[in-house]
Amino acid sequence: MSGLLAFLGDHTIQNVVIGATLLGIVSGVLGSFAVLRQQSLLGDTLAHAALPGICLGFIIAGARQIESILAGAFVTAVLAALVMLALTRNSRLKTDAGLGIALSIFFAIGVVLLTYIQGTGNASQGGLDAFLFGQAAAILRSDLVIMGGITLLSLALVAGFWKEFKLVTFDPVFAATQGLPVALLETLLTVIVAFAVVIGLQMVGVVLMAAMVIAPAVAARQWSRRLEQMVVLAAVFGVVSGLVGALISATGRGLSTGPLVILAATVLVIVSILFAPQRGVIWEEIKRGRDRRELGDNQVLTTLQGLARHHDDPAYPVEQGMLDTYHGLATRRALTRLARRGLVHPVRHMPDEGPHWELTPAGHAAARQVLVDIDAGGR
Amino acid sequence: MVEALLSNIPLMIMATGALVGSAASLVGVFLVLRKNSMLSDAISHSIVFGIVIVWLLTRQQSGPVQIVGAALTGLLTVFLTELLVKSRKVKDDAAIGLVFPALFSIGVLLLNLYARSVHIDTHTVLLGEIGFVWLNTISIGGYDVPQALVWMSVVTLVNAAFVTVFFKDLKLATFDPALSTALGFAPTLLSYGLLALTSMTAVAAFDAVGAILFIAFVIVPPSAAYLLTDRLAHMLVIGVLIAVASSVLGYYAAVALDVSIGAMMAVMTGGFLAAAFLFGPRYGILAQSWRRMGQRYVNESRTLAVHLYNHEDTPQSREETVVGALRDHLGWHDRKADQVVQRSLRLGLVVRHGVDLHLTAKGRRVALELLEPWRTA
Repeated sequence: MSGLLAFLGDHTIQNVVIGATLLGIVSGVLGSFAVLRQQSLLGDTLAHAALPGICLGFIIAGARQIESILAGAFVTAVLAALVMLALTRNSRLKTDAGLGIALSIFFAIGVVLLTYIQGTGNASQGGLDAFLFGQAAAILRSDLVIMGGITLLSLALVAGFWKEFKLVTFDPVFAATQGLPVALLETLLTVIVAFAVVIGLQMVGVVLMAAMVIAPAVAARQWSRRLEQMVVLAAVFGVVSGLVGALISATGRGLSTGPLVILAATVLVIVSILFAPQRGVIWEEIKRGRDRRELGDNQVLTTLQGLARHHDDPAYPVEQGMLDTYHGLATRRALTRLARRGLVHPVRHMPDEGPHWELTPAGHAAARQVLVDIDAGGR
Repeated sequence: MVEALLSNIPLMIMATGALVGSAASLVGVFLVLRKNSMLSDAISHSIVFGIVIVWLLTRQQSGPVQIVGAALTGLLTVFLTELLVKSRKVKDDAAIGLVFPALFSIGVLLLNLYARSVHIDTHTVLLGEIGFVWLNTISIGGYDVPQALVWMSVVTLVNAAFVTVFFKDLKLATFDPALSTALGFAPTLLSYGLLALTSMTAVAAFDAVGAILFIAFVIVPPSAAYLLTDRLAHMLVIGVLIAVASSVLGYYAAVALDVSIGAMMAVMTGGFLAAAFLFGPRYGILAQSWRRMGQRYVNESRTLAVHLYNHEDTPQSREETVVGALRDHLGWHDRKADQVVQRSLRLGLVVRHGVDLHLTAKGRRVALELLEPWRTA
């Protein structure tokens, strides 16, 4: 226990925890919009495009000064988004090519600048490598103040434009008919993704930031049907994966923070896709099985009723083998289930013949109800 | 002679770059046309995972085992992405963005753990070391040939052969996958073949340009070519030419500035793209606005001709056919009206007597073409 307290009292650990929390909140909230608008890979492009900005900020400030580095990252990330838009709007290139071009060319420029800085032999350039894959332990208390400011700003933007963002995300055409400046709002949503990227630079680095925008949002989507819930959950998932990854990384062994954070988020996604109620794959499988059984039961029930009607005998005993042939599959289990519900009961018709079944009065009522329901559904 | 060529380090570096670019843009053309460019992003990231795994298993740093083995992770990425999309829980863009970071993360962590023994570090992953390709040589026929050059040549030849042999099939599958399926070709198989080659190219190019710069070689030269031509065969050739030119220019620029050679080559492909985007003869921004301007001029002159024709020999013709009337009736300000009149005079559509404008026979024909097209047709 005292070990845990000492661990949490550690200055570096505190920084890491705060940083991971900020990153998780922002990337979860902003990522939700990006994923819902099917712009997931925009985060990837913006993150890679932050590299030249980091280097430019470093060159201009002459040292690892967080303000200029983050400002530079923000500027080139937004610039890349604009290049992407310019390419796709004014030429025959499609979005995928526009994203790929902006990503790879900006990153290449970043690498050129990075090697240029290394060539100048600036002693403090070592700090720049941390931005590639993230090094949570390298975060300073002063960095956190800036990150906190950006977090507040982006949350304030989302809160202030909540209704507008929501409408533009789900129905941009309707938003336009309501007189909302859709293009402006969409640009704003793009720009705030750059905020998330900027905050994530030190934690997960430029290369993996894409997943940090996408994963918490995708996981949250599995558990919620409302944007409000999704955004909050995504923030929670973001914080959890940020904390898990950052703490493992900070405890040593020289593991990069970024990959650990991303893997934690990936585990959350896998669990959510498999196990989430309603939308989870396993849940859906169970439901599909239940539906299939119910449909089969109803088919057998109505067949029995039809035969009874044709023979003018409400207690007409039907041979199980005949039902099997009629439905082209084994009906024993369906009949057993129906018997358990008291809708049919087995009868012995002839001693040397197979099992026979007849409808109970409750079975007749249920079969009628099924037909009425089908009729109502078909109308 | 051969010896001299092989010991020419700049030439070796440029040749490697040119081969990386050529091999990449041969497959890239189809990825760009199929709107699948970002798969190259996914593939090139996740092969890092494959390279580390194959190295841990076989201790082979490069060569055919690596190229084939690590390329499987590229296909794994595509497979997992499609699996996610099929579950209908995730849209395809998000699926791509979930799978490759996960694989890439595992790759980087393994690198962190085995950093002391693996030949690659996280830096190489991003930047490649094209400047040092000549250090790793193998002996072929008594000559020491850079390994990267050998394997890139093989991969380039394989890609070129694939594209040549399956040219028609690829063309059909790219532009009309439904017809391709209906005619009994196997577009899915072909598409997996293409992605397998993309993965192999990424692995072979990994030592030279790393995982991320590779994306530039796959997407950018074909995109630039796409802005320059409408023919698939031309697009392939132009893509390769741009890749080769970028390698040569990039090398000299990088040496002059003392920066990463691979990155500079990638930046050069961006230069070609920007040039194609701005100055392309047909789809370039300048050509487009030039065409739009010409179209606008033609329309304005036609408007003038129709206006004059409508008022020819009518009681109002004295007020309507003067230059000043264009301002009030067509909403043109003076300068614009003047320019339109000047251009129409030059085209011989109108003649001018003082302030009066009269249609020429040609001008009347232009107006009639618009007003009564059935007569002139």
